[in-house]
Amino acid sequence: MNNDLFGFEINVWADAAARLGLIVGLMTVVVMGLIYGERKIIARFQQRLGPTRTGPAGLLQSVADALKLVAKEDVRPRSADPWVFELAPYFVFVPIFLMFVAIPFALRWEIRVLELGLFYVLAVSSVNIVGWVMAGWGSDNRYAMLGALRAAAQAISYELPLVMSLISVGIVADSFNLTEIVRSQGQVPNIVWQPLPFFLFFVAILAELNRTPFDIPVGESEVVGGPFVEYSGIRWSMFFLAEYAALFILALLGAAVFLGGWAWPLGEEWGLGWQLVLTALKAGALIFAVFWVRVTMPRLRIDQLMAFSWKVLLPISFVQVLANGLVLVYEPPQHIANILLAAVSGAGLLLVVWIMNHSVGKPRPRPVLSPRAATAPTATRSEAAR
Amino acid sequence: MSPLDQLFSNYLPVFLGTGIGAILVISALVGSRLLAPYSEERNKGTTYECGMLPIRRASTNVGMRFYLYAILFIVFDVEAVFIFPWALSYLAVGPQAYWEMVVFVGILAVGLAYAWKKGALRWQ
Repeated sequence: MNNDLFGFEINVWADAAARLGLIVGLMTVVVMGLIYGERKIIARFQQRLGPTRTGPAGLLQSVADALKLVAKEDVRPRSADPWVFELAPYFVFVPIFLMFVAIPFALRWEIRVLELGLFYVLAVSSVNIVGWVMAGWGSDNRYAMLGALRAAAQAISYELPLVMSLISVGIVADSFNLTEIVRSQGQVPNIVWQPLPFFLFFVAILAELNRTPFDIPVGESEVVGGPFVEYSGIRWSMFFLAEYAALFILALLGAAVFLGGWAWPLGEEWGLGWQLVLTALKAGALIFAVFWVRVTMPRLRIDQLMAFSWKVLLPISFVQVLANGLVLVYEPPQHIANILLAAVSGAGLLLVVWIMNHSVGKPRPRPVLSPRAATAPTATRSEAAR
Repeated sequence: MSPLDQLFSNYLPVFLGTGIGAILVISALVGSRLLAPYSEERNKGTTYECGMLPIRRASTNVGMRFYLYAILFIVFDVEAVFIFPWALSYLAVGPQAYWEMVVFVGILAVGLAYAWKKGALRWQ
């Protein structure tokens, strides 16, 4: 069996290995760029300069960091569970790396076109949380354990809105094949017909990536770094490599599913270079939005975070899926269907925004823990949370 | 290529990628083992706890509320697994398939409403 790679007919095994090798190189370069970019962008937001010393305009900062991390001592606590502790970086990194298999960069530029690409990406990505829990459990550290539990609770809560938002787009496109989804967007990207799923997707990827405002699993002021408190040197950097690679992949996924990928607005006839530029621009815009949210929003409390997912996002995402089904099942003409989809989804988005606006700033009802706590000075709980 | 060959060719990178991903991590660890210094010291092996010596193992009591969310998650994730094939095939079956899914989601929505009313979704 042979496959076509840049015009050469080569064996499928060699083809798969070559494509994965290219992805390894791309991922390393992009992750280094993202770390540098994030530091520079956040510095501009905070009126600082960011890295300037290493190389021209600090461009070699990530390389220097990587070298430092490789040459740093790698300590394992004596009381840690050796197997669980040592295997955790693999379980965090490998699922993220496997997500690349189905992600398209341009027309016929992907590792493989999977018929169930969307399903595959979601299925593989959720294995990652096992690695987080392993890291927390194996470290034998209370901060790590707490961070891992929070990470697990948050990841499973926001997994459902993420899955439902992508299913509702899959229903509209009538396919889970990412190339087909990009093609089906034709003249108008999905974000216009499906604004609510885009919002759900964006919120859910912030939570899946443990980014502010959903960073309680790794919040430095609460659990000092979360599941990887005990990790150091290169093992620690594996978690961050996985995190930034996941940011890159999810931004590419969002660009393909919601923003029209390489096709909109130029169409598929334009050359490969333009397609790659479009994909990069759209993914870059999403990544920039993630950084922007990070510097703008304060951290959510865990009760707010869970309530937001289970009481707001989850019900409304199921309603969105069923509403899309209802619009399409009676097979109205194309333009009427599109208008109905956009109207229903837009109304849902307005509802979510109204709920968020309404509930922000409401004081939290102070729970009565025990008779002793009830008589204690009232300031303690809120002070501790801060 | 026959459909079976196509399927094999499609999922081959998943198989190879598992190995390549693991090799990436291993090579980083080996590189670090070659370059990084290492010194035995007694206190280095203790876990971090703000300068205190940790008492007992860390993996002890876990809050009940985490289990509640885990159970709810399993229910809804199984539901999501059923929705995936439905989403691609209900148009071929017609309105009947759609209303069946509405009933199915409705039953689980009643479950969520019950959990909500019982206070399972309140974090305290």
